[in-house]
Amino acid sequence: MSRKTRRKLFSNFMLFVSFLTAAYGIFWLFWILGSLVVNGFKYLSPELVYLDPTPPGEEGGGLRPAFVGHLIITSLATIIGVPIGIMAGIYFAEYGRNSKFFMTIRQITDIMVSTPSILMGAVVYAVLVRPVGHFNGFSGAVALALLMLPVIAITTDEMLKLVPKEMREAAYALGAYKWQVIKNVVMRAAKVGILTGVILGVARIAGETAPLLFTSFNNNVLTFDLKDPMASLTVTMFNYVMGPYNYWHQQAWAAAFILTMGVLLLSIVARALLQRNLLEPLFYIVRSITGKKGG
Amino acid sequence: MENVAEAQKSLREIKTRGEFLERFLKLSLGFWALFSGLLFPILAGLILLYEARLAIEEFGFIHFLTYTNWDPVQEDFGAATMIFGTVVSTILSMLIAAPVAIGIAIFITELAPNWFKPIVSTAVELLAAIPSIIYGLWGFFILAPIMATKVEPWLQDKLGDVPLVGKLFQGAPTGVDVLTTSLVLSIMIIPFMAAVVRDAFNMVPPIMKESAYGLGATKWEVIRQVVIPYTASGIAGGLILSAGRALGETMAVTFLAGNRPEIPKSLLEPFTTITVALANQFTEADTDVYLSALYYAGLLLYLVSFTMLGIAKFMVLRLEKRWKV
Amino acid sequence: MKKVLLATAVFSGAVLALEITGAGATFVFPIMSKWAFEYNKETGHKVNYQSIGSGGGIRQAINRTVDYGATDGPLTPEEVEKNKLLQFPAVIGADVMAYNIPEIGNTVLNLDQKAVCDIYMGKITKWNDPYLQQLNPNVKLPDRPIVVVHRSDGSGTTWIFTNWLSKVCPEWKEKVGFGTSVKWPTGVGAKGNEGVTNYVKRSQGGIGYVEYIYAKQNNLPVARIKNREGNFVEPSVRTMQEAARNAKWDKSKHFYEVLTDQPGKDAYPITGATFVLIAKDQLERAKKANVFFKWVFEKGDRYAQELQYIPMPENVKKLIAEYWKEHGVAP
Repeated sequence: MSRKTRRKLFSNFMLFVSFLTAAYGIFWLFWILGSLVVNGFKYLSPELVYLDPTPPGEEGGGLRPAFVGHLIITSLATIIGVPIGIMAGIYFAEYGRNSKFFMTIRQITDIMVSTPSILMGAVVYAVLVRPVGHFNGFSGAVALALLMLPVIAITTDEMLKLVPKEMREAAYALGAYKWQVIKNVVMRAAKVGILTGVILGVARIAGETAPLLFTSFNNNVLTFDLKDPMASLTVTMFNYVMGPYNYWHQQAWAAAFILTMGVLLLSIVARALLQRNLLEPLFYIVRSITGKKGG
Repeated sequence: MENVAEAQKSLREIKTRGEFLERFLKLSLGFWALFSGLLFPILAGLILLYEARLAIEEFGFIHFLTYTNWDPVQEDFGAATMIFGTVVSTILSMLIAAPVAIGIAIFITELAPNWFKPIVSTAVELLAAIPSIIYGLWGFFILAPIMATKVEPWLQDKLGDVPLVGKLFQGAPTGVDVLTTSLVLSIMIIPFMAAVVRDAFNMVPPIMKESAYGLGATKWEVIRQVVIPYTASGIAGGLILSAGRALGETMAVTFLAGNRPEIPKSLLEPFTTITVALANQFTEADTDVYLSALYYAGLLLYLVSFTMLGIAKFMVLRLEKRWKV
Repeated sequence: MKKVLLATAVFSGAVLALEITGAGATFVFPIMSKWAFEYNKETGHKVNYQSIGSGGGIRQAINRTVDYGATDGPLTPEEVEKNKLLQFPAVIGADVMAYNIPEIGNTVLNLDQKAVCDIYMGKITKWNDPYLQQLNPNVKLPDRPIVVVHRSDGSGTTWIFTNWLSKVCPEWKEKVGFGTSVKWPTGVGAKGNEGVTNYVKRSQGGIGYVEYIYAKQNNLPVARIKNREGNFVEPSVRTMQEAARNAKWDKSKHFYEVLTDQPGKDAYPITGATFVLIAKDQLERAKKANVFFKWVFEKGDRYAQELQYIPMPENVKKLIAEYWKEHGVAP
């Protein structure tokens, strides 16, 4: 065997190994999603959503407080976290690009994206739970908002940076103020991208458990009062999986299925939006160069 | 004459109002930017520090790091067991994940036909999107029993008597131990690592690769001797970034670690990590010192994770500066 | 007119429905939940009980973050006074040794004090250990490692279990002691009675101490334990009542009483009561919690018995009512 052939064979072998690693990754994905579908789908039932939990040991019941609580907490977290994140992102992209200080701040924000989520729960506990005297749903929403904030800021920044500077310059040339440029030109162009970021942020916090463990805690009873402890899908799943009852396990699987499908759906939608969006600014430039009207 | 003056006045008014809005906008946006990147992380750290002060006073620094006795009854706390657990599970999961992630990145950038690339990319991203509690649930219900009844006894059988290595496989195979936890953790960080490495690979200027091909290199040789060396700091950065994420992982580990406050002597023994301790013990820390000790451990985790992520970011940025046109 | 009536109905419904929060012992979670469920059906009042372990229950009661706490490890009269709390027993249950040995299925094993002590000290590590085998001559015990399961959280169930071990095993008393949390010589930690039951169910060769109903609801076999008189007694309503028979409930001592290792030839040795903690200095909250417990004492007995707990005897209930009155917390 000539040296050349040997090298080629080795190269093909290593590439085959890399194929195996990709197969390895996909294998786990299919196994996990497969288990979710097989086990979760089996135990899906409408009762899960509109019944309250039964005392331990008694079969039946549902997860109504958990579903409702989870929706409330996630929605409130989004309402708090998204505006702040977008505002921060706008600053990074539009005002802070020349400032070393603010670019460092932006990097720190990026680091905060990956901070352990349970620590956010601990921080919020000290500020919003202990002084108040009891666990409350509001603190859970705040903890999730704090987790969402860096994600939204960074994606907003990235999306705004994608808007070509020609668009801004054209607007300035017309005599616009900076805030007009941002509001009417840049944000408009990037709005799909920013929406993508928001969807991804929501998907991320919808699956969080740890920060809720000692902020919103848990509740067996349906409540809409944010001053009370509030149930959430993830914390309930945690408790049920660690418990001994089979019907708890089944309900946990069903809840896991619903949660994962929801989160994955959001991620896929975000990704689809993004693909189109990357091409938008390109289209705009092409159109303006060729002088075509409209769009 | 008046019309011109009036027109000038309104113009001035519009101008000042515009300028006022400008400044107001800049300030408010800037405040939130400052908050998210400076005030928030510092405040979080300070709050953790404040809550940990009791424990810091009581136990000092070196002692807390090295003392293995975590005793809520005697109110004597040393975090060595959980620090050990955090470090070991992170390192192990990275050892398993790194070659896989690099392999996937190679596959996506070099090998996969164009129609297949997005499928694999999507699959990897979906893995990343799965919430960590799902990993915990799946690991606990599905993987751990298989580990306990099939994989671990087999490993014990084959490797248990090998000198040195064998010691790592002692103990009752419950499936809830260092091995299973590290395995699931590695699956969780693969997507992230693969994405960073893939992005790094995409940054290599084609001309570098083409020159190597022109000299007759095989694909693998190009990867090994051109692509990887040039993206080395990016890969390293990606590794450290993933480690930073693995450090902070809570739910999957809580389900699979077994929660024993001892240093595990084998891969098949249960253990604990800082995040597990926080998740399990926070609501029942019944003395101030106990809660403070938990906050102290949390503070340490915060500082370490922040530092690691910072170093990783620095390394990735350096790569970007080198190769981004 | 109709609108006024409707408004009154809605408003009064909202005003009259109480919301009571409690937290603590996982030992009583099944019965506490059942009571809450039935109570809500009957009166519309909501009781939210969180099963976080007696350690958590004590802490939340002390911090006044709940209306009542529940613990199976009673506070000493000094501790009750110091924290300005009031304490009274609500129900009696038992710690059982549940195990999962596939080779013998539901066969009931005999365990004596030394066996349990040595297993939990890590001295006996296999099921077919000669000491265990001679206690069970008619059972072929397998060559399987014992997976010892204990609590990882602050637990009254642990308190009862380790209290008994401290009484019957001098080495345990010296090396480990008793309390809601102890330094376990060996074993895996699980959260709550729920977690221990779950672990034992999933570990081949597992053994754990749990409240009786958990083992029963999950079809785990439980061991007969040798009591003070030398008899192997299996846990049941009758044997628990025997253990509780000689208890001296003293309201001046805030009902502090331990029911482990009691005399009586059929007494089950690892019996214990669950105690409710309310705040003496928050009269409204304490009274609110007691509205629930008044119902529990009047109507809750049969639910307790269905779940194999022992309701408090009538004379103790009377003492509790007097105790409430004395401290101004009668509902």
